[in-house]
Amino acid sequence: MTIWFRPVIQASLQTYNMNNPSQSFVKFEKIDKSYDGEVLVVKNLNLDIAKGEFVTMLGPSGSGKTTTLMMLAGFETPTNGEIFLDNKPISKIPPYEREIGMVFQNYALFPHMTVEENLSFPLEVRKISKPETKEKVQKALDMVELGNFGTRFPAQLSGGQQQRVALARALVFEPRLVLMDEPLGALDKNLREQMQYEIKHIHDRIGITVVYVTHDQSEALTMSNRIAVFNDGVVQQLSTPDILYEKPENSFVAKFIGENNTLNGVVTDVNGDTCTVELDNGFGKVKALKINVNEKGDKTQLSIRPERVTIDSTNPESNNFEGKIQELIYLGDHIRARLNVCGNDEFIVKVPNEGSFSHKEGDLLNLSWNPDDVRALDI
Amino acid sequence: MEVTISTAELLTTDGIPLKQSLRKAERRNKLRAFLLVFPLLLFIFVTFVMPIGDMLLRSVDDSQINSVFPNTFDEYKNWDKGADELPPEEVYKSLFFELANGDKRQIGKALTRMNYAKSGWKSLIKKTTREIKKIVKKGEEPVSYKDTFIKINKLWADPTYWYSFNQMVNDRSSIYYWNAIDRTFDENGDVAMQDEKRRMYMNTWLRTFKVSIYVTIFCLILGFPVAHLLANLPLRYSNLLMIFVLLPFWTSLLVRTTAWIVMLQQNGVINGILVWLGIISDDGRIQMVYNETGTLIAMTQILLPFMILPLYSVMRVIPKSHMRAAQNLGAKPATAFWRVYLPQTIPGISAGGLLVFVLAIGYFITPELVGGKDGKLIGSWIAYHLKTTLNWGLCAALGAILLGIMLIFYWLYNKIVGIDNIKLG
Repeated sequence: MTIWFRPVIQASLQTYNMNNPSQSFVKFEKIDKSYDGEVLVVKNLNLDIAKGEFVTMLGPSGSGKTTTLMMLAGFETPTNGEIFLDNKPISKIPPYEREIGMVFQNYALFPHMTVEENLSFPLEVRKISKPETKEKVQKALDMVELGNFGTRFPAQLSGGQQQRVALARALVFEPRLVLMDEPLGALDKNLREQMQYEIKHIHDRIGITVVYVTHDQSEALTMSNRIAVFNDGVVQQLSTPDILYEKPENSFVAKFIGENNTLNGVVTDVNGDTCTVELDNGFGKVKALKINVNEKGDKTQLSIRPERVTIDSTNPESNNFEGKIQELIYLGDHIRARLNVCGNDEFIVKVPNEGSFSHKEGDLLNLSWNPDDVRALDI
Repeated sequence: MEVTISTAELLTTDGIPLKQSLRKAERRNKLRAFLLVFPLLLFIFVTFVMPIGDMLLRSVDDSQINSVFPNTFDEYKNWDKGADELPPEEVYKSLFFELANGDKRQIGKALTRMNYAKSGWKSLIKKTTREIKKIVKKGEEPVSYKDTFIKINKLWADPTYWYSFNQMVNDRSSIYYWNAIDRTFDENGDVAMQDEKRRMYMNTWLRTFKVSIYVTIFCLILGFPVAHLLANLPLRYSNLLMIFVLLPFWTSLLVRTTAWIVMLQQNGVINGILVWLGIISDDGRIQMVYNETGTLIAMTQILLPFMILPLYSVMRVIPKSHMRAAQNLGAKPATAFWRVYLPQTIPGISAGGLLVFVLAIGYFITPELVGGKDGKLIGSWIAYHLKTTLNWGLCAALGAILLGIMLIFYWLYNKIVGIDNIKLG
């Protein structure tokens, strides 16, 4: 059976030359942040963001991503290190002089002002003339397709419309950079997906640099040029969506992004880029890519994406296993099978619904996978 | 296809009209809800609506004295003040017989009322009645009642006594209201100023307003930062602060007021410290109590929680992200506060302001104790007339004016801010 799903690699992916420091528009240098002097919320953060890039900070709650964003916006001070914007240190610049737009988690629209007043607020405090303000506000409203909603109050708008107003307000004064702190968190699923595309299109159109914070991996994958995966105050991996998904460098990233099957074992043989892993409890040997293990005897966790497991076929070299079907869930386009493989009860395989799948719960399936699709990571 | 729109009443499955069925189903719930609130309604009616109604009636009621001297007052109305200096003979005659035959207790009550209109009436009539009773006992019939009266006491020839009847001749009259603002009726029954020495209410009204407005402003100035702290401090500290705010509620009003006397009086704590520090000399001790200053200080402190709590309840729900958003959009902290934060606290400011003002305008105990002579508010007059002079009509009028002022403020507030915007918690 063929592999039925491969992540679509965005054709428009731009490559950013991050080796050239003059290219980095935002630069975090050795940033540490602690609130109480006992726990570091952000540890030694080094991050470069190029002009026009859409970078997402992705991570579970408490991983330090929002703190990082707030330091960039100027609402938190780094305990150590320096942030550079356009090659200038910004730690001493107060938030109102940073010229950074921000979309807040709950939009932070001012309830006592109409949509228009909300949008003209940043222009008024910049002493921009009335006619120019009016023109810019209208342009920004048109951009988010709310041209006729100027006289309404935020409370009279739906969640999605409020979100767009917040976006327009963050862009209307033409900031150097836009930050977004889980801006879609309060929307329902359909609206969230629609807004993801809209934000992405607006980014493509005006080419502004965006730093986006979310805990939703599909959101991050949909919108970003690059994603920084945060955990425990440390960037676990910083890369493009396809690389993050297909080539996770540690087990946290593998688990956090996409669905992931794991098998634990010990490395018994290392051969260049590949290695052989003896599974725990004598379930056999697996050939895998050597990613985050060093030498013979290391404990490792193997990571295999569900869609890279083939059923009812054998691999000529190795990695052939049997799995007992625990549960079958019919999902229309595919059937999601939960199997017991090598002692792991949560092994997921996605079977495309081609009408020929006739197995039942309790049946044994022959599984195999390509050594290139198995990654030996840390445990 | 033809569409027919049924105009007939909607029916339930059982064929009963839907509305009737719904009413029936809801009746029990409505009845239960009513029975639950009935005790409260009754309580409010008996303790609030009825007394206020009674007060409003009393403020315009003059029927007691009219039932004692009906004929005299009838004849009095025929007196042409332009033509004759004194009332006609019939007035004296009616009064003669009404004094001679009237019920002693009723006359006593009426005399008290007459003394409110002009002091001196009580003793004059008492003396006259004694003489009249003697004349009646002897069985004499005076030739001229007028002369008899004047013979008994020459004050009966003083028209000003007779003019004061103008204030009493009607069953329903507005005289108490006019009295409450230092006005009275002159000899022609027109509204005129009181005698210079009887003018005392207007000053007190003005002072009441002034003190209430100042107290409201001071409470706002002092309460706003506290409320802001309460709403923004970490829970641990804000709880502690809240206890400090609420502490006065758990302390007797009298204790707090007397504490202020201890603090502020000339040999009190504050003056003592100032003298000890050498800031003022020993004979330059500042008079801070038993005057308006004392009233202002003590009332501000006592009413402060009523400003803080509504403000706090409003500030608590203003997201912190709003100030951040404003700064992020380029507003300096002061601008952000002025344009984004302050407008959102208006429901709290107005609720607290209205509450403090309404409480202050009717405040009694504190100004009575620390106010001295020139720090008393209108409440003191109400208490004075209620307990000392027993002039309940004037009491009621003063109270009704106070009530009216509050209603006007309420109405104004509703017009300007909208009563739905009020937020107490």
